[in-house]
Amino acid sequence: MSEFVIKGGTVVDSNGERRVDVLVSDGVIREVAPSLRAERVLDASGCVVSPGFVDLHVHLRQPGREEAETVETGSRAAALGGFTAVVAMPNTDPAQDSVAVVEQVRRWGIEAGLCEVLPSGCLTVGRAGERMAPIGELASVGVRIFTDDGNGVQDPLLMRRIMEYSSDLDVVLAQHCEVSRLTTGAVMHEGCCSSRLGLPGWPAIAEELMVFRDIELARITGARLHVLHLSTARSVELVRAAKADGLPVTAEVAPHHFTLTDELLESFDALYKVNPPLRTPADIAALKEGLRDGTIDAIATDHAPHPPASKEQPLDSAPPGMLGLQTALPLALGELGLDLRRIVELMSVAPARIAGVSDRHGGPIDAGRPANITVFDPEQTWTVRGTQLASKSRNTPYEGRTLRGRVRHTVLNGSPTVIDGAAQR
Amino acid sequence: MKHLRSVGELDRASALELLALADSMAEINARPIPKVPALRGKTVCSLFFEDSTRTRMSFETAAKRLSADTMNFSVSTSSVNKGESLRDTIETVTAMGVDAFVVRHRTTGVPWQLSRWTNASIVNAGDGWHQHPTQALLDAFTIRRRFGLTGDLAGIRIAVVGDIKHSRVARSDVELFTMLGAEVVLVAPTSLLPPSLEGWGVSSVVHSIDAVIGEIDVLYLLRMQMERQEQSLVPSLAEYTDRFGLTPPRAERLRDSAIVMHPGPMNRGVEIVVDPAELPGSAILDQVANGVSVRMAVLFQLLGSGSGLSESAGGSW
Repeated sequence: MSEFVIKGGTVVDSNGERRVDVLVSDGVIREVAPSLRAERVLDASGCVVSPGFVDLHVHLRQPGREEAETVETGSRAAALGGFTAVVAMPNTDPAQDSVAVVEQVRRWGIEAGLCEVLPSGCLTVGRAGERMAPIGELASVGVRIFTDDGNGVQDPLLMRRIMEYSSDLDVVLAQHCEVSRLTTGAVMHEGCCSSRLGLPGWPAIAEELMVFRDIELARITGARLHVLHLSTARSVELVRAAKADGLPVTAEVAPHHFTLTDELLESFDALYKVNPPLRTPADIAALKEGLRDGTIDAIATDHAPHPPASKEQPLDSAPPGMLGLQTALPLALGELGLDLRRIVELMSVAPARIAGVSDRHGGPIDAGRPANITVFDPEQTWTVRGTQLASKSRNTPYEGRTLRGRVRHTVLNGSPTVIDGAAQR
Repeated sequence: MKHLRSVGELDRASALELLALADSMAEINARPIPKVPALRGKTVCSLFFEDSTRTRMSFETAAKRLSADTMNFSVSTSSVNKGESLRDTIETVTAMGVDAFVVRHRTTGVPWQLSRWTNASIVNAGDGWHQHPTQALLDAFTIRRRFGLTGDLAGIRIAVVGDIKHSRVARSDVELFTMLGAEVVLVAPTSLLPPSLEGWGVSSVVHSIDAVIGEIDVLYLLRMQMERQEQSLVPSLAEYTDRFGLTPPRAERLRDSAIVMHPGPMNRGVEIVVDPAELPGSAILDQVANGVSVRMAVLFQLLGSGSGLSESAGGSW
């Protein structure tokens, strides 16, 4: 299928909206115009044709936790969710703190051939928060995003030095903002719900202190900071103020943080345990406003697969995290009240820019550009079933929910990875 | 009622019904042979992931006095593999034929998780900092008896003192006491209060025991754990005792009719400096005795067919 036309859809990208067909051949967008013809057709009637989505935050679990997910199964979930590139978080075993591991993860991604896997690198050796990882060496093999995700770098001196060292490299320092001394044993958001349930709380201030610290460190070092999975109203304010000051700070938010609240923990189901935790309706309102006004740059899933048995442990031992790749688009379409152009910006254009892959992802849908394209039907409804998701795990918090909006086709480098909602490999 | 996992599963009427049933159980317990066949053929299994000999014995005594068979699945915390699935444990034991599990676990929520994987009834004997509903019932029962009440606790003023934040006893008691119309005052430093008291229904929070000690009917002292000092929640246990302990001068200020309660085990010299045996108002041993009657009532309510309380076991006495 080296030449085909995406026919009958509405292209939505950074240039706006237009009713055109898209002719793809040899991996490249050849022509964008009304009424194009080719022998093979991907029907896009009633659908949106957008640049492929880019997820800045995915746990593919390989190497080390293959019972939860592999690069291949996670890539398949990504393709079905409309993603053509995903940033693989480094909390693998071994961690992605060496060229060997990073290259291996990238290779697995190429072998799977379902989306471009962009391995992140660790900020510190083994994500232990003690010594700087080989950031320059990893950057020289193309690693762009550095993070100890799952852990925040606690030591302010070490973080300052990492920022100073990396400020002349073209890299992004992505922080998991959590002052761990304030969250020891925490299971859920600290508030009236945790107080009533007698569950150790994860206070908003534990995130906000580190958001504040890193913004101020970025201010004095000139480092490029990306705040991972922002979850509190005050964090949004801090990022908004940093941007107003012209600092090179970006931020992402995960769909579960703008759709679900801490009260779900009343079920005591570890499915709803996630880090940072589900917060309050007031936080959700602030996140939505941040997504609307540009304070928050990207929607990132924090897709975190865990096998059923691990979520059947007591709440304190069960690992945090939930699936996200296949539900992100409908949640963004259904819950934010934003126009399609802004949704495409949040899911494709901006994350592609942050991940440093704008040359091939994030559009625009113009002749001559690499053909990384997502076609979705914004009206189609479907019911989430964990067993029917492509992930190896089933820990979706949306089980049984009917969502509106579904990916129909995904095209990676000119080859369809998903046609009519079915993965092609 | 299928389970008793929290006070929230009760309402005023069902709580009062359980307390009335506990009165009947107390009558049985006063007989020469305190045993009835009400739960003959039923199996009650203690599933204690956290040790508590006292609570386990209280439940087992209650079950045996109702002629239930008892099983004991004891998991000391040290032997519980962190990776062990709760589901595997409960499914295995359920397969042996169990009608009710009495569950204690160091983590909040485990009784709810377990009830997804078993058809048996679950009685929560303490989960994390969250709930211990039979403790609340036995405390309400004790207060009713000591004040000669037959209905709810309206008009009774109760001070709950100490580590509210980490206490399942406090969460259960406050919920039940307020449900039954009592006025509840919390007495603690802010570091030992939960971050929010929204929805707790307490009438006030004070940071000094001296402010309320002469004006209350019930002084409920919570156990102060030694580790709270290491966690810097209080500067020292000595300072805690100074500010919040029941010292002899404070005992002097108690009303003549006031009673003193404690869920046990007591830290003598910390939350209580006086000898409880010398306190005329001490209801601490009553609480222990009443625990058996209340737990009999709960097990009977969950598993009983509604008859069998009038005859004695074997009928031979």
